Amino acid sequence: MSDKKKSIVIISALVLIGVVFLVVMNLLKQKGTTVIVRIDGTEQGQYQLDQDQVVDIIAGEGAKNKLRIENGQAQMIEADCPDQICVNHSSISHVGESIICLPHKVVVEIAAGADSADTMGGIDGIAN
Amino acid sequence: MASQTNENRVSKIALLGLMIAVAFVLSWLEVQVSFVLPVPGMKLGLTNLAVIIALYMLGWKEAFFINMVRILLVSVTFGSMFSLIYSLAGGILSTVVMILLKRYTRLSITVISAFGGVTHNIGQIITAMILLETKQIGYYFAVLWLTGVITGTVIGILGGEVVKHIPKQYFLKKSLTKPKR
Repeated sequence: MSDKKKSIVIISALVLIGVVFLVVMNLLKQKGTTVIVRIDGTEQGQYQLDQDQVVDIIAGEGAKNKLRIENGQAQMIEADCPDQICVNHSSISHVGESIICLPHKVVVEIAAGADSADTMGGIDGIAN
Repeated sequence: MASQTNENRVSKIALLGLMIAVAFVLSWLEVQVSFVLPVPGMKLGLTNLAVIIALYMLGWKEAFFINMVRILLVSVTFGSMFSLIYSLAGGILSTVVMILLKRYTRLSITVISAFGGVTHNIGQIITAMILLETKQIGYYFAVLWLTGVITGTVIGILGGEVVKHIPKQYFLKKSLTKPKR
C-alpha cells in the first residue's frame, strides 16, 4: 500500500470512529419528561412534555414568548424579539437540551423529571 | 567550525522567534473566528500549523517549546486562567502525541497532524469533564473528535506543503528529513 493510500485509510478510520461516537451518543440520549421555563435564572414553571399545550412566557413589558409543547417536543413558536433565534431553534425533547432567548433572558430546558424522583426519595426517607 | 556552530545557534534563535510569532498570530486569528463556531471548545487548530512545521523543520524539543511559549503568551494576552488550563491540556497532549508518532512510526505528516487535532480536542474535553462535571459532554466529545480529525487533516496537508517548499538548508538539523505525505 502506498503511503498516500495508507494515510487516507487511517484518516477515514478516525472519521468513522467519530461518526460511531456520534451515533452512539444520539442513541443514548434520554427522552425528557419535564419542560422547565426560567426567566433570568428564576424558575417560572414546569410543564409535562406529554401534555400538549401552548405556554405564554411573559418576561416583561413587550417581552413575550410563546412555547408550544406537542408530541413530546417543545418549540418556541413566537417571540417579539428582533433576532428570532429561539424561534428558529429546532424543537427539543432530550434531557439537557435547551432553547435560549437571550434578549428576554428566557431559558427553556428539558429535564428528566428529576424533581419528582427527588420527592419520591424524600418520601421513602420519611417512611423509613 | 566555531563560526559554523555560532551561525547555527543564531539561526536557531531566529527561527524559534519567528515560529513563536507565527504561532501567536495564528492563535490570535483563531480567537477572532472561534465565536462563529457552533460548539464551545471547537477550534480550527490553526496554531497546530506552526507546531507541525516546527516539528519537521526544527525538531521535537523546539516544537514543544514553541507551543508552550505560545500558550502562555496567548493566555496572558487574550485568555484567562481557565483558558490556560484548557490550552495546556490540549496543547501538551497533542504535541506529545505528534512527537511520539513522528519518532516511532512512519506515518505521514497529514496523519500525524490529524492525530494531533483529535488529541488536542480530547485533552480539552477531558479537562472540561474534570473541571465542570457537565453531563452533556458526551455529545461534544463526538463532535470535537470529528472536527479534530478534519481540521487536523487540513492543517497537515497545509503544513506538508509548507515544509516541502522550504529548502533543506533551512532545516535546523541534518537528521531532520522531509515529511512523507
